[in-house]
Amino acid sequence: MPTQATAPTAESGLMVRAEQVHKSFGPLEVLKGIDLEVRSGEVCCLLGPSGSGKSTFLRCINHLEKIDAGRIWVDGDLIGYRERGGKLHEMRDKEVAAQRQAIGMVFQRFNLFPHMTVLGNVVEAPVLLRRSKKAEARERAAELLERVGLGDKLGAYPGQLSGGQQQRVAIARALAMRPKLMLFDEPTSALDPELVGEVLDTMKDLARDGMTMIVVTHEIGFAREVGDHLVFMDGGVVVEQGDPREVIAAPRHERTKAFLAKVL
Amino acid sequence: MTTEEATTARARPEPIKAVPVRHPGRWVAVAVLAVLAAMFVHLLVTNEAFNWSFMVDKMFRPPIIEGLVRGTVLITVSAMLIGVTLGVVIAVMRLSDNPILRGVAWLYTWFFRAVPRLVLLAVFGNIGILWSRVEFGVPFDTQLGQLFGIDNLQLRLFGFSSRDLLTGFMAGLLGLALSEAAYMAEIVRAGIQSVDEGQTEAAQALGLSRGQLLRRVVLPQAMRVIIPPTGNETIAMLKDTSLLLYVPVSVELFFQLDAVGKRTFQIFPMYVAACLWYLFLTSILLVGQYFLERHFGKGYGASGRARMKLRGMTAEAGGAAGVAK
Ligand SMILES: Nc1ncnc2c1ncn2[C@@H]1O[C@H](COP(=O)(O)OP(=O)(O)OP(=O)(O)O)[C@@H](O)[C@H]1O
Ligand SMILES: [Mg+2]
Repeated sequence: MPTQATAPTAESGLMVRAEQVHKSFGPLEVLKGIDLEVRSGEVCCLLGPSGSGKSTFLRCINHLEKIDAGRIWVDGDLIGYRERGGKLHEMRDKEVAAQRQAIGMVFQRFNLFPHMTVLGNVVEAPVLLRRSKKAEARERAAELLERVGLGDKLGAYPGQLSGGQQQRVAIARALAMRPKLMLFDEPTSALDPELVGEVLDTMKDLARDGMTMIVVTHEIGFAREVGDHLVFMDGGVVVEQGDPREVIAAPRHERTKAFLAKVL
Repeated sequence: MTTEEATTARARPEPIKAVPVRHPGRWVAVAVLAVLAAMFVHLLVTNEAFNWSFMVDKMFRPPIIEGLVRGTVLITVSAMLIGVTLGVVIAVMRLSDNPILRGVAWLYTWFFRAVPRLVLLAVFGNIGILWSRVEFGVPFDTQLGQLFGIDNLQLRLFGFSSRDLLTGFMAGLLGLALSEAAYMAEIVRAGIQSVDEGQTEAAQALGLSRGQLLRRVVLPQAMRVIIPPTGNETIAMLKDTSLLLYVPVSVELFFQLDAVGKRTFQIFPMYVAACLWYLFLTSILLVGQYFLERHFGKGYGASGRARMKLRGMTAEAGGAAGVAK
């Protein structure tokens, strides 16, 4: 089958492959054909002005948004659909949920569960989805929280933590599902300036450990230091991409130049 | 420095001793109210029609207490249990992606909120007229039989006489519970919608299914919004059990008091007894509601205040509906 030939296999080293992704909200076309490849272990930084469709694209990768055209594969699996006999079949809720388990996501506004303790937040999904036994999950959650520097906050409620602490709990919560890929949607934009560093440090640790990450961010410093790949989006298309240090130092496209001039 | 020294050096001004503004209107109001209160007490004590000794004698009789416990209280509790459970189901249906479920839920709430409770209970009380027996089996069996040339085919498994099944008690309970479910559905829906969308997204991103995220993430948070108006609904339900008189349900407080009044030609004292009983019962619930709200309002400053406003609104809506019921 010709369509299956384009499907990347896990051996090719590609964690994410997006092909001509289109998405509209009513008459508004937000994504106008996005192509993107992210290798395993790579940190891909997504930059672009407000409204360029960065969040929307990120949400398409774990099927929080349904795409109108194109294909997205994560680790060789087509997201949201099954291809059979040259036809696409929509996946059931359960199957989509199973795909999402392998993709962690961190939101701008943390979205911790306020009625659960820090430990409860991290333990919830692995236990509910029977990934691990309760005692085991607790042990691992405590380990993860220790790793993000919150080993002493297990019993606290999210409302009792600072923004930076909450975001680190959110990262631990996503990691508890042992994802292959982590998506970050402006993880530091809602934080006071002095708290940005602690979250970025956690993300740097993660990158060093070889986690594949797609990070929507306005932190040019982070992109330059940690990013393996930089993608600049504007108006629903990828305008320019390449090595972060090169793109930031010498942007080729006018729109990239204008944007970088504003954020730098 | 010099100015500060100057001020401290200066003598403290003497405290203000002004003549306070007089409020003669308040004193007039107090006088008028005192007279009215005295007149009222005088009426209570001297008017023979109250017949207090008769009332006190009758209002604690066993049939009335039985009506209170096995009618009013039991039906309030059961109708609320069924109403809340069914209400959650209907609210979830109403918010589902499935247009058929959404439509059915809308139709349900439309019907049960549009028909006054009193009328609904009268209908349920007489629904036995439609069928003399209620039977379970293959639907449309006689018609299907005719299709295949069999006369009077009967494929029934078991059945009841509707007199046994739809006793006044069952009909009344069903009427109140089904109507309550419609109101509870709206309350639960408002509660679910009050939960931040980011919560659903975070749960979805973790890979939780719709049912799991509803049960573990959304409903527990919706509770804060759902509990207070549910208290109001319980109080309204307690009062509405008096409508069971029209089903009729004989083992019920108001029915019993009304019956005593009619039998003895002492209707008014028995109605006063009804007032006192309902005052007593709702007061107990009000105390319970106070503690419940204090518990669920803990630690929520601004949102707690917003909820108070919301609760006021639902209370108003409930009150208006109460008139229509
Ligand atoms: N659910 C939705 N319904 C309708 N329009 C939407 C929806 N979500 C996003 N949009 C629109 O799509 C466009 C792109 O939004 P998106 O959130 O992806 O931008 P962004 O690049 O993440 O911007 P920002 O940097 O401000 O977060 C915006 O114009 C937005 O109004
Ligand atoms: Mg965004």
